[in-house]
Amino acid sequence: MTTRHINAAPPASRSRQIKQLVLTLVGWAVALAIFFPILWMVLTGFKTETAAIADPSFIFSPTLESYQAVNARSGYARFALNSVAVAFGSTFLALLIAIPCAYAMAFLPTRRTKGTLLWMLSTKMLPPVGVLVPIYLIFRDVGLLDTRTGLIIIYTLMNLPIVVWMLYTFFKDMPEDILEAGRMDGASTFQEVFYLLLPLTLPGIASTGLLSVILSWNEAFWSLNLTTSKAAPLTAYIASFSSPEGLFWAKLSAASTMAIAPILVLGWMTQKQMVRGLTFGAVK
Amino acid sequence: MATLQLRTISKRFGDTEVIKGINLDVNDREFVVFVGPSGCGKSTLMRMIAGLESASDGDILIDGQRINDVGPADRGLAMVFQSYALYPHMTVADNMGFSMRLAGVPKAERRAKVLEAARILQLEPLLDRKPKALSGGQRQRVAIGRAIVRNPSIFLFDEPLSNLDAALRVQMRIELARLHDELDATMIYVTHDQIEAMTMADKIVVLHDGVVEQVGSPMALYHHPRNRFVAGFIGSPKMNFLPATLVDTTPEGVTIRLPGGDERHVPVDGRHLAADTALELGLRPEHLVLDEQGPLSGEIKVLERLGGQTSLYVQMGAELITIMADGDVAFRVNDTVRFGFAPERAHLFDGEGLALPSLQQHPLAGLTRHDNRAPGTAEEPA
Repeated sequence: MTTRHINAAPPASRSRQIKQLVLTLVGWAVALAIFFPILWMVLTGFKTETAAIADPSFIFSPTLESYQAVNARSGYARFALNSVAVAFGSTFLALLIAIPCAYAMAFLPTRRTKGTLLWMLSTKMLPPVGVLVPIYLIFRDVGLLDTRTGLIIIYTLMNLPIVVWMLYTFFKDMPEDILEAGRMDGASTFQEVFYLLLPLTLPGIASTGLLSVILSWNEAFWSLNLTTSKAAPLTAYIASFSSPEGLFWAKLSAASTMAIAPILVLGWMTQKQMVRGLTFGAVK
Repeated sequence: MATLQLRTISKRFGDTEVIKGINLDVNDREFVVFVGPSGCGKSTLMRMIAGLESASDGDILIDGQRINDVGPADRGLAMVFQSYALYPHMTVADNMGFSMRLAGVPKAERRAKVLEAARILQLEPLLDRKPKALSGGQRQRVAIGRAIVRNPSIFLFDEPLSNLDAALRVQMRIELARLHDELDATMIYVTHDQIEAMTMADKIVVLHDGVVEQVGSPMALYHHPRNRFVAGFIGSPKMNFLPATLVDTTPEGVTIRLPGGDERHVPVDGRHLAADTALELGLRPEHLVLDEQGPLSGEIKVLERLGGQTSLYVQMGAELITIMADGDVAFRVNDTVRFGFAPERAHLFDGEGLALPSLQQHPLAGLTRHDNRAPGTAEEPA
């Protein structure tokens, strides 16, 4: 996570400059505080197990010992592949369902649209553990336990409210005139969506998809409870380092670093998109 | 060949009725302008014709065919939106060719039609640009081009000039009139600007609160407004209204008493009214004449010199009267002026705001914009 320093305009007064400086320092401080655990985790991953539980220190001789141990023990690649498949699979499915849904809500609203949207969001406030048992039993009965398909379904359902909400906001921002012009030009609803709405809201759809990927990637509750080995994603991989043999901080850190690295890099690369996407509509 | 008929069309949104049973005939190749203040229902009416809104009641007929249940694209209409509504991610050529692309027209034919429209609208050098790289006037022309390539039976324009600056608006107004002559198509045009209505229309439809107040040629509306609303809406600056009292009626007209106590004879039909009825006298600013013997007088509050003309704002009792006078008048603020009017220029309205019918038809009242083209070829107005 980084902060952005906005340079003061050239004729800024002295007090303005001081204010800028203070704000910048506070910004950096907050950012570092938030980033510190991640940094510490990365550093710990390069320590020996002894150094990891010794007095906290930034100075140590880095080693790849933990990484080697972690890799020797279990196939990182298999878990990573599961994570990729599940995160992107569920995002694709969520978008596929949410785009027509958000289209209908944005352009053909009824009296109940607002209520439906709020209700959808409210489902996000229920503790997932409340439905764990029924879902576990259903998954067991239909044979979805420890399958990628099962996780994809559950993640799709989990992210659908947010995805619909975000797409709804983006679609709302689209001038309806353009769609009507398309209708006058002879576009069917599908053509309207495909030729006009999607290309014009692509940045929004991209940032929505990205958020969905990240949320699915980081999800641990369902993946830990519904998978064991075959379909286990990276979150389960991390967890597998914490329990049986007591805590091995260095190995756990190394595994965690490897688990979050791909999504962290993705997040970094698409930071601009993300911020735009999340604050969209807020400043209108 | 395209005619449009509206038969008791109405539109309700929930409990509010925004269009209240409108009947209208649009003739082939006519330029019809819907004009009215914002919220009068003119855009809704156009959107119903376009098929973007459904009619709650009544029939819409194009060339005699009921099209209420026909989709917007299949009505053979093209619409130019106020916001232009260009497809921002497509080039000018793709914007204009989009309807043909959807219809599966071969590429070469598409290209030819787009080029033809671009030629008419002088858009040829811009065909590969995106809308973002165009000026307002150019975007407007692309929007019109998109309509032209569809070769519609009726063009619909929804306030197409309101996003342009004043100078460009005048220019586009002229271009649109020229385009109408060139394409020889039926056009329906929505605006709140009565100047656009006056300059472009063959027929003006004045709308107010979801009802048609009057339909007629620009000159008919100007010279023979049917009621106080139309009188106040058509013409710029606005018509002045003064209280007056009916003194006497004869077959040749009525005699009224003016605010100053003077009496004047006005050639309108007031035979259904009793003496002493309170009336309203409508006088257009350009029909008021400064005259030292004039029956009306007041004190100048504001004076606007436009060069060729001077607007005088004169306080007369509770009313502020506008007078368009000569550019060189020597008055100053706070001077008292006397003024009068030619009786045949005066309009009288009864207590319900209805105009007393004029006994003398204005010679230009039947004139349409089409008739300005060449003398002697004017068709008789229906």
